[in-house]
Amino acid sequence: MRRPLVNRHTQQRIGFALLALAALIVVIPIILVVLVIIARGIGAINWEFLTQAPREGMKAGGIFPAIVGTLLLMAGTALAAIPVGIGGAIYLSEYARDSWLTRAIRLAIINLAGIPSVVYGLFGLGMFVLFLRLGTSIIAGSLTLAIMTIPIIISSTEEALRAVPTEFRTVNASLGGTRWQGIRNIVLPQSLPGIITGVILGLLRAAGETAPILFTVAAFFLPRLPSSLFDQTMALPYHLYVISTQVPGMPEKVQYGTALVLLALVLSLNIVATIVRSYFRRRRQW
Amino acid sequence: MEFAKAPGLTKRWGEFAIETIIRVLGLSSIGFVVMIFLFLLREGLPTFWEIPLNNLLGTRWYPTFDYFGAVPLVLGSVLVTLLAIVIALPLGLATAVFVREIAPPWAREILKPVIEVLAGIPSVVLGFFGMTLVAPLVREVLGAPTGLTAFTGALLLAYMALPTMISVAEDALDTVPKSYRDAGLSMGATQWQTIWRVVVPAARSGVVTAVMLGMGRAIGETMAVMMVTGNAARLPLSLDSLFRPVRTMTATIAAEMGEVAQGSTHYHALFGLGIILFALTFVINLAAAATIFKKRRRGGLR
Amino acid sequence: MTQPSPTVKVRFDQVTYSYGAAPALQNITLDVYANTITVFFGPAGSGKTTALRLINRLNDLAEGARLSGRLLLDGQDIYARNADVSALRRRVGMVFALPLPLPGTIRENVTYGPRLAGLRDHARLAELTERSLIQAALWNEVKDRLDDPATALSGGQQQRLCIARSLALEPEVLLLDEPTSGLDPISTARVEESLFQLKSHYTIIIVPHSIQQAARVADWAAFFLKGEMIECQEGTALFTTPHDQRTEDYITGRFG
Repeated sequence: MRRPLVNRHTQQRIGFALLALAALIVVIPIILVVLVIIARGIGAINWEFLTQAPREGMKAGGIFPAIVGTLLLMAGTALAAIPVGIGGAIYLSEYARDSWLTRAIRLAIINLAGIPSVVYGLFGLGMFVLFLRLGTSIIAGSLTLAIMTIPIIISSTEEALRAVPTEFRTVNASLGGTRWQGIRNIVLPQSLPGIITGVILGLLRAAGETAPILFTVAAFFLPRLPSSLFDQTMALPYHLYVISTQVPGMPEKVQYGTALVLLALVLSLNIVATIVRSYFRRRRQW
Repeated sequence: MEFAKAPGLTKRWGEFAIETIIRVLGLSSIGFVVMIFLFLLREGLPTFWEIPLNNLLGTRWYPTFDYFGAVPLVLGSVLVTLLAIVIALPLGLATAVFVREIAPPWAREILKPVIEVLAGIPSVVLGFFGMTLVAPLVREVLGAPTGLTAFTGALLLAYMALPTMISVAEDALDTVPKSYRDAGLSMGATQWQTIWRVVVPAARSGVVTAVMLGMGRAIGETMAVMMVTGNAARLPLSLDSLFRPVRTMTATIAAEMGEVAQGSTHYHALFGLGIILFALTFVINLAAAATIFKKRRRGGLR
Repeated sequence: MTQPSPTVKVRFDQVTYSYGAAPALQNITLDVYANTITVFFGPAGSGKTTALRLINRLNDLAEGARLSGRLLLDGQDIYARNADVSALRRRVGMVFALPLPLPGTIRENVTYGPRLAGLRDHARLAELTERSLIQAALWNEVKDRLDDPATALSGGQQQRLCIARSLALEPEVLLLDEPTSGLDPISTARVEESLFQLKSHYTIIIVPHSIQQAARVADWAAFFLKGEMIECQEGTALFTTPHDQRTEDYITGRFG
């Protein structure tokens, strides 16, 4: 090194400061988004907003049907995605050997995770709404969201299953246990916290998505609760899109209030997932 | 030997049934990808015989007047995506290096969860925020007629791609052996020099993966882009297109699918855009997967 | 030999076993007699552990493995096409080099095997727990805290728990793969002591963690080297007057 020593350390100090600055540039806007939405939305939140249907062209009243719709969609997604996702992960972690087929499955999962959400919407429209004649319905929307969520659940569940020491499986086998008995009695219970965390993270993605439900379930304005699984429903993300782009003269308070409810739902699930993960990580014995 | 009896027939069948179900579920991911592709083809392929090629490759997208030129939309998507990566790559890499290599533990404890929060914010919420706060800011700073520009979209997309890029880049830095760092330091290099001349180059395949996945995320993003880019289907060729409205493929599908008649030419054309998007993200993810698989094999991991 | 026609419990009949290119075991022919302690010993990589794990088919878990020859338990082919592997493993128990308690309590560990086999009767499970723990010389130390987590036990206690866990299945053969390698001398002595108690009921095959241990516990001893079985004879004879020069070199410490 030809440069004098002081220079190199000044260089390092400036460099580190720049890196810290970059991290701040990443983080501060995020905090700002959350704070602004809370500050401007909190005024709209009251009992009526959370429990009443929208009135006067959605400019007054509440967003109750959208909240219920989003919860229904999450439940439907969970019902369809959890068994498939966990089953797929068990196959990859416990049964699959390293073959071309396994590699094809992994490739498929990576690609599923990367398919644009609006393309899922197109697929849901083509397959569930039109081909299977489910119509724009909660069931069509849930199935579309489920297929989008499955790769997330598979990846996180597989990671949780693989974290369980191999030795437990060997001990199970040596005591006359079949592979499935080992999975059911040891591997699944031990990886449950990780699985739950992954499932929650997958579902909160589904809860916040708009594009996949645009053509499969979402109702522009439906001031009542859906009457069956084959009914349309309002949903929080789509409602936010509608009131911020499609309805002129919308009071800002209602928009921010809706954004806040959606953000709160998603972030609280995020926090639950983090707590589940860290709580059980501290408690486990291996 | 009271237990040495062979397991009962029902038990054996129960296990067989469960294992068969698990195998089927394991294969289901392939089924989903194939199904998605087939349904896109089924609804989208008619585009290519309903619309003459020179119309499709044209520069005007006015479906009402049967102009289905997809070029401005494809270029719009590409422009916004590339610009997003140009913004996100330095920020993401610098943040990953900061978090992995030099941040004190307390800073890491704050940064990681905040970045996770970003990953969890729904795209429509970011879009709303961009519309109401970022776009006006862009307009004022640039003195442009509108703040709904390609640049505004790219800025939001950059932030949406950041969590993925940071976490992949962090993992890549994590796999660089400590001995590399020690070697750099023991040769008298500062930590700063070691990071940029040894550690980051050693992690470059992971950084490439991060860029790939970030691109895949950005090109497929719909709601935020639709809400802040102004959605004008113009050909973005000159440099100042960056600060003009632009329209992406995703936004076009999302905005127009609700209004088209099922089975119409316009309907097929939107599915045609879906095929292009599917193919683009497929290739991008394949490339990202290739680097991941290569790394696995080298590492001897399963 | 002076024993009146000893019963052959396990027979290796020209067993060759490989995974990957080179054979891990080559043409092993060997009889293990009932109610004895047989020692498989040799340097690292000699195939002794592989031979042990073949007996309860734990190597089935490895990919790309090939086996020729026959392995018999009571004259029945262990690798027969229609063999019930779970039932085999209940008859042939295994204790590993490191104590591997399963997550859960001491009681849950001991009763894991019987419960998998479908035993639900609480009284019977309690009886099995007590008897297995007594046989493994652990009962007195844990009888008041059977519902404590197994990981709360010391290393030596955990290993005896693992022995008890295998015994709870009332196996006929007990395989031990360097069961005392992680233990202090006192715990080692306890485990060896319990082996002597056990051999009246079980056939024991052990890969010892030292030649000294081999000499202490062996009724019969088989010396393995580079995937071959060099010789097998009664323990006292093998350790005093080995037939093969290589055996002598090994036990006198000239290599390995």
